[in-house]
Amino acid sequence: METATLEPTITKKGFKSEEYFINMGPQHPATHGVLRLLLTIDGEVIKKVEPDLGYIHRSIEKMCESNSYQQIVHLTDRLDYLSSHINNEAVCLCVENALELEVPERVKVIRTILGELTRIASHTLWWGVLGMDVGALTSYFYGFRDREMINDIFEETCGARLTMNYNIPGGLMEDIHPNFVKRVKEFIPHFRSKLPEYDRLLTGNIIFQKRTKGVGVLTKEDAINFGASGPVARASGHSCDVRKYHPYSALDKVNFTEILDTAGDSFARYRVRIAEMWESLDIIEQLIDNIPDGDHKVATNAVIKLPKGDFYQKVETARGEFGVYIISTGTKNPYRVKFRSPGLSNLSLLNHIAVGGKIGDLVATMATIDIVVPDIDR
Amino acid sequence: MGYFSNIYHGIGTLLTGMRVTGKYFLNARKGAITQQYPDNRDTLKMFERFRGEVVMPHDENNEHSCTGCQKCELACPNGSIEIIWDRVIDPETGKKKKAIDQHIYHFGMCTQCGLCVDACPSDAIKWAQNFENSVYDRTQLTRILNKPGSKVRAGVEE
Amino acid sequence: MNSISNIIDWFINTGVLNMAMIALIYLTVFAVLGLFLVLLERKVAAWFQLRIGPNRVGYLGLFQTIADALKLVSKELTGTVKADKFLYNLAPYFVIVTSLMALAVFPFTKDLQAFDINIGIFFLIAISSIGVIGILLGGWSSNNKFALIGAMRSGVQTVSYELSVGLSLLTMVILTGSLQLSEIIEVQKSGWLIVQGHIPAIIAFMIYMISGTAETNRAPFDMVEAESELGAGYHTEYSGMKFAYFFLAEFINMFIIAAIATTIFFGGWLSPFGITDSLPWMGLLWFLAKTFVLVFLMMWFRWTFPRLRVDQLLTLEWKYLLPINLVNLVLMAVIVWLNLTIQI
Repeated sequence: METATLEPTITKKGFKSEEYFINMGPQHPATHGVLRLLLTIDGEVIKKVEPDLGYIHRSIEKMCESNSYQQIVHLTDRLDYLSSHINNEAVCLCVENALELEVPERVKVIRTILGELTRIASHTLWWGVLGMDVGALTSYFYGFRDREMINDIFEETCGARLTMNYNIPGGLMEDIHPNFVKRVKEFIPHFRSKLPEYDRLLTGNIIFQKRTKGVGVLTKEDAINFGASGPVARASGHSCDVRKYHPYSALDKVNFTEILDTAGDSFARYRVRIAEMWESLDIIEQLIDNIPDGDHKVATNAVIKLPKGDFYQKVETARGEFGVYIISTGTKNPYRVKFRSPGLSNLSLLNHIAVGGKIGDLVATMATIDIVVPDIDR
Repeated sequence: MGYFSNIYHGIGTLLTGMRVTGKYFLNARKGAITQQYPDNRDTLKMFERFRGEVVMPHDENNEHSCTGCQKCELACPNGSIEIIWDRVIDPETGKKKKAIDQHIYHFGMCTQCGLCVDACPSDAIKWAQNFENSVYDRTQLTRILNKPGSKVRAGVEE
Repeated sequence: MNSISNIIDWFINTGVLNMAMIALIYLTVFAVLGLFLVLLERKVAAWFQLRIGPNRVGYLGLFQTIADALKLVSKELTGTVKADKFLYNLAPYFVIVTSLMALAVFPFTKDLQAFDINIGIFFLIAISSIGVIGILLGGWSSNNKFALIGAMRSGVQTVSYELSVGLSLLTMVILTGSLQLSEIIEVQKSGWLIVQGHIPAIIAFMIYMISGTAETNRAPFDMVEAESELGAGYHTEYSGMKFAYFFLAEFINMFIIAAIATTIFFGGWLSPFGITDSLPWMGLLWFLAKTFVLVFLMMWFRWTFPRLRVDQLLTLEWKYLLPINLVNLVLMAVIVWLNLTIQI
């Protein structure tokens, strides 16, 4: 690892000032996991940020090569664990496309509803943690209160709260629980009434606005150049919603708008995510009343063999574009699997947009980029 | 004049935030979402699909429905299931038949993905809803799911 | 022999023994008070956050902080290798001693006042700014970069906000014409100062509460600790009882800031409209009630607002609080000069 150069500089008045070097992480409250940031700081001003990865590398892509296609799905739970359901969906869609398998409409609708619920769950957690990062601890608990309702829905239907593994190639592992529709219908008005509270507590707050407005500004060009995706890119005006451009599952049947902002600062990223929660609620509401009848899966062979070739499928997770690239040689295991995770390309922006800010700005910027470290390291 | 309107507006937003938290403070008695975990063991009920650990239900005659087909062993991504089986002679028909000796479940390696339960053709294994799984010695996490002396229920075929 | 008996006589005659006794009582009472403030803070935080709070140790968790204190006493005192040992060990005492010293001058009732000094407010302001030296020393001598950043922030913060605390109290001194705390309360027998001084007094109170919160390094001004930025800030490297001193001092300081506000703005031990004037001991209850309302206000701030950034902290002080404070001072002088105060 190259260490930062520490050049002493002489200011006008003759005082000698030095840039110094500080380790933020791997254990640090603001890095949300085992991410290590090597900071070069001049007083409070950040001169350089070097993320150092590898603390939670589990070689999931390599593990996929020795697993069957059904088994790969549960490994993607462990990438971006906050949008595990959408990750599962990506693998299943990729396999289904390769097999040219048409899944029932019911499966598509349920997958979309669960995907949007996952997005809301992820964004509520992000909201709470963002509040905690900028110092308002109470928002954490309010965010978790609402996330808990979604987790209960997941637990009742999928059997787990975080690593669901509910999608399988060809459909769903089980049919939805009889209470599912009722619970989702209870959740929608509840969350609609709580979202304005989020705004009153944090969005409007003058201190919060001062902390995030104009902090970590990302231009549209840079967003494209760095390969940013998801709310981070959309806050800079880069329209990139996979749900719009390459609709999958039942997303081509629903009306929703892609949230765009032009400011590109932390507050814009915040606003985009809050607005996305409203949009996700709309999507769920459009689908929840007309889940078509039918089977919850189509039969596949016990041993799935993909035809020779390479297959790519991308989906929009809560963090951005998640891609699954499978190269198959026709056997029961993939020859090579590559996951394009949104977290890694979004993290690569950090040095670009955090330099020149204070330590507090770095924390706010990192929180609004919304990184999940296992997604970055894989 | 922007200076004073900034102050006025700023204080306004702060008071709005305080009203939100203040409302929760006043309703603190009924609004607490905390669960008092070890105390509420009696009332705490997990959802029936909750994946706690894999178990093999036995009926009153000490019979299970595992035929030893090993589909769960193949489906498991982590190698948590090991089946030791043998061919025994069926007393009724006199033919040789596959039967399990031990169905070993390495709970320490299990990721609760549910593929084994999904793969089982005879519903021999299912999910239990217990979640207090910590032990002092990890060898205790290796479990033999079929009870000693148990045999496969008559009529369950591969 | 003669000299020894002389010394004993001196002790008895000058009342040093009495002083020591009173000091011991104060020390015990306020150490316990500090512990229960910690408990209160945790309970209040829980109620703001849809939680229950400590409820295991003792009835309703009343002994939770006592248990925590016992735990801290029994813990190993760790430190970094290249720490400046002398300063590192000295720092916690600076913090705790100054905050306990400040308690001496408060008139809890008409008769219950340890030390009625005639420059009471001045003494309080002076004492409260010594505490920061302990924080600076602690951060500097720990040999930890996060602690150092925290200490530097604390220096910046206290130097700035001292000014606002001093000026806002000075505004009220114009009204009272005395720095002696017992006399300030006498003045308020014809109406609490926040009523007597009306508009400028309310502005002074708001400024005082903001800068007082900043003085105690509490959220939204907890730049010094800034959990999500610096880990634990200046006391990162302290453990056991040394950490407990910092922790306790923070809570006693919170009590002091609220107690000053009670004395200066809300009539100290005076009951509203003199309803319990016939019972002098009720004064203590009134004093504590008013103080705890203000303490609660500071907790409400803490559990609602995000933290400011370090440069915004300075902007707030030098561009907003200080100019308003200076104008307010003139306004108060004019009001007193034109005799526009409200007397009940």
